[in-house]
Amino acid sequence: MQTAHIEFDCTYFTRKEILLFYRYRDLAPQLVPLDYTNHPDVKLPYELIGSMPELKDNPFRQRIAEVFSEDGEGNMTLDDFLDMFSVLSEMAPRDLKAYYAFKIYFNNDDFICKSDLEKTLNKLTRNELTEDEVRMVCEKVIDEADLDNDGRLSLEDFQHMIVRAPDFL
Amino acid sequence: MRRKTKLPGGVEEQTGRSWPRNVVAMMMRMKARMSLPRGREEEQPIRRKEAKPRTVMRRTVMWGKERRERREEGRKERRRKKKRRPRVRRTPLNSLTVVYAGFDSVCPFLPSSSDSNSNSSEEEESMSEGEMARLMEEVEEKKKLIANIRNKPWRMQRRLKLLKEAQEFVDKFEGALGKGKGRKWYAYKVMMTKKWIKFQRDFENFRTACIPWERKIKEVESHFGSSVASYFIFLRWMYGMNLVLFGFTFGLVVIPEVLMGLPYGSIPRKTVPRAEQDTAQDYSVLMDFNGYCKYSVLFYGYYNDQRTVGVLKFRLPLSYLMVGIGTFGYSLMLVIRTMAKNADVGGGDGEDSDFTFAWKMFTSWDYLIGNAETADNKYASITTSFKESIVDEQENQKDENIHLRRFLRVLANFLITCSLGGSGYLIYFVVKRSQEFATRDDLSWYEKNEMEIVMSLLGLVCPPLFETIAELEDYHPRIALKWQLGRIFALFLGNLYTFLFALFDEVNTKLEEEQSIKNASIWAMKEYYANYSRLMNDSEATPPPMDPADVIRGPCWETAVGIEFVKLTVSDIQVSYLTILIGDFARAVIVRFLNYCWCWDLEAGFPSYGEFDISGNVLGLVFNQGMIWMGAFYAPGLVGINVLRLLSSMYYQCWAVMATNVPHERVFKASKSNNFYMGLLLLVLFLSLLPVVYTIMTLPPSFDCGPFSGKDKMFDIIMETIDLDLPAFMGTLFSYAANPGLIIPAVLLMVLAIYYLNSVSEAYQNSNMELKKKMKMARDEEKNRRNNADTTNQVMKDLEDLLPNRSLIPPAPPEPEKPPEQEPKPKPTKTKPGTAGKGVNLQKDVALASSNPNARGPVSRPPGPRGPGPGPGAGPGRGRGRGPPPR
Repeated sequence: MQTAHIEFDCTYFTRKEILLFYRYRDLAPQLVPLDYTNHPDVKLPYELIGSMPELKDNPFRQRIAEVFSEDGEGNMTLDDFLDMFSVLSEMAPRDLKAYYAFKIYFNNDDFICKSDLEKTLNKLTRNELTEDEVRMVCEKVIDEADLDNDGRLSLEDFQHMIVRAPDFL
Repeated sequence: MRRKTKLPGGVEEQTGRSWPRNVVAMMMRMKARMSLPRGREEEQPIRRKEAKPRTVMRRTVMWGKERRERREEGRKERRRKKKRRPRVRRTPLNSLTVVYAGFDSVCPFLPSSSDSNSNSSEEEESMSEGEMARLMEEVEEKKKLIANIRNKPWRMQRRLKLLKEAQEFVDKFEGALGKGKGRKWYAYKVMMTKKWIKFQRDFENFRTACIPWERKIKEVESHFGSSVASYFIFLRWMYGMNLVLFGFTFGLVVIPEVLMGLPYGSIPRKTVPRAEQDTAQDYSVLMDFNGYCKYSVLFYGYYNDQRTVGVLKFRLPLSYLMVGIGTFGYSLMLVIRTMAKNADVGGGDGEDSDFTFAWKMFTSWDYLIGNAETADNKYASITTSFKESIVDEQENQKDENIHLRRFLRVLANFLITCSLGGSGYLIYFVVKRSQEFATRDDLSWYEKNEMEIVMSLLGLVCPPLFETIAELEDYHPRIALKWQLGRIFALFLGNLYTFLFALFDEVNTKLEEEQSIKNASIWAMKEYYANYSRLMNDSEATPPPMDPADVIRGPCWETAVGIEFVKLTVSDIQVSYLTILIGDFARAVIVRFLNYCWCWDLEAGFPSYGEFDISGNVLGLVFNQGMIWMGAFYAPGLVGINVLRLLSSMYYQCWAVMATNVPHERVFKASKSNNFYMGLLLLVLFLSLLPVVYTIMTLPPSFDCGPFSGKDKMFDIIMETIDLDLPAFMGTLFSYAANPGLIIPAVLLMVLAIYYLNSVSEAYQNSNMELKKKMKMARDEEKNRRNNADTTNQVMKDLEDLLPNRSLIPPAPPEPEKPPEQEPKPKPTKTKPGTAGKGVNLQKDVALASSNPNARGPVSRPPGPRGPGPGPGAGPGRGRGRGPPPR
């Protein structure tokens, strides 16, 4: 674990929490070597990441894993793993969190458009709203948050909206 | 100037000197010179990557000069290498762990010091000013990068790589900044900076490792959501504060008295009276804090009025008063500081509902949930809240439901006011009866404890009653929680103040009693001496002092008050622990195990498992703290009891909540600024401050017990200290300061200052609101233009109706309007008050606000240049922010 010292500087972790490595390793002891001096190319598949207790019940777990993984498919190296927990930790500043939250909510392009919103909403409510309701909510959201009136949310719109939210931790 | 003349000479000297030397030396020098350019080229890519266009330009201009300098630098580099080698070898060890966000705090003094160094050693060293400045700039830039790297949304690998590069660069060139005589000092300073940063880092690690119960709270959080966890965080905060108070009280009052004061049994106030000695060790007596408990360090009466104790001449009475006042001072400071910090963090208060749906969509999930059951509840609650909002939105126009709801809310408030009034009357009635009872002796158990029983019953019955009534109001649970808290608070406050008034009555009767007892005591003492000399027939012999157990005592109202508070606290602990044990644990056991043989489903049906009662627990904690604040002056041991209570209840409640409770049906998140709890705490602190300060300032202390006995007022101890221990001019100074002529203007000044600050903040708020309104207007306007519909603004519509020709006028060309709209943008961002730090958003706000609402041309692109984005290379497609083509 030689890189640990440097990773202090890149993450919001303290020494205690750097032990995250062991969490990572516990997910698949047969895959992850203990010795990281040679930077082995190890990736854990999404199935393992998504089954962590922290993410298990989260409706956005797949998106989270995809956003933080380098290959975009949810398979994570140790670095990605650390990245993820660093951003999700309490110490990370709101701006950074807003940035990643934005990435979690959009799909392909760099904007949150209506279809993204619909997907998000369905994940949040487990498809219990009717189509009309979903459409209406999405329209309202865009109506509220879209500052430059292009019918979709850019990062700036999103940040503007979300850093004011009382619930955004 | 001088350098120019020196340079050729230097070169000549060098070459001239090199001739007579032996071949090896020459070879070495040649090698060094040859290797140098290569070395520079190795550095070049790093620098060139970072160098700004400006510096590159300067480079080409200065080319000729630079060739000379390069040679020169070669020499210097060699020299430097020699000097620096030992340090270079040391730094990498630190550099890996050391560099840390704290850098910017240290940086400011670096440039200035190196500047002065470079000025003083200009003649000896030969690095050009420009080179120096540039190098410094780059080093600074790298340092900034190192400090900020954690905020960049980059992949870890990229971060690691950049960090390593930057650190290497800094290590290499930092040493070059200091020169000559100052260099050692500079190196020392750099080293110490690094050491300091490392220390800070380690300290931070240590501190996080020291946060108690972090894991426990996280576990609760993952099961019950953050609202329940917020209670435990509040409990932990409370524990920390009480620990500090405990430290003060025990370190400055209790322990000095125990170690250096007179021992037990030496003077009357430290001895159990003869009449009580038989029962002093009985369990029931001790449980009432009488007997030995009453005459111990736990209570005010035990403390002696000796001016100084022990060899250290510790001024115990003074310290007692100071600790009493300091407790309040510290608590006030802490609560207000925490509130201010919370208000800072809270960002915009979420009162304005501009973003109802957007917030619901993006922030309603509690990322801390790690439990399937809670997650299910959360899904359900999100769905309901969405449905509610939709219904609200749909029925926004039809107001009939609003009326019903308003009516229900008024009704609920009416009912609650009624029940509050009823309980207030009940308490009043009971207090009166108890005063009646106080004169009688033949009391049954119920009559003795009537007041406590009624109060506990009210505390048990009223909160659920309020909760039931609050169902009528149909608020969001977070708002409902606040209302509920406020109502229970009012109830408790009534209880507290009736208790206080009863107590004051008692104190007053004791004070009346005291005068006669004082006379009797002095009389008895005189009689004793007279008897002694009469019996001995020897008026000269000094009689042995009276046995301290036999001296007639005053009632010592301070100790009585202290005992009341300690009793109340202890009974509160018992009640709350028993409630958990019976109300939660027993219920859970019954529901769990009787369910196998019962007619209906106990778990899903009627009794079910208990939910964690956040409001009740928070209020219990707050009021308990109020008791401590009030009682701590009269019973220093109370703080210790409270620390034990908080410690045990942390474990006990954590266990209880995990073992017996189920998550709330409507899981909701605690907002980050839980200033509401803090506000309650502040109110209670103030309310408990009043009676204590009143007693300190007005009531005379008992004549025969406590550290202030023999004084007219408790604060006379300060006057005494000023008169006896401080130089005379201090006394006069204080007397001037205490002059009303000085105090009244000071108070006036403070009031004016408060008024001024208040109005300033109001003005800021107004301008904020104004900007918001403008922004909204601009948005609406733009939206309408986009939709090619009429303006929503009714007035404008009417105007347009009035001017039928207006529609025939061709709209103004859009191009000329753009520049003026974008130009004034950067200026207002600087002058706009109160919203620093959000550069990106601000620019947008202002740009939108300043755009002319009547402008005809469709401004379809968002404001162009933005503040620094999240950094390059964050992902594919960096085109965002450029704005899409108009539809």
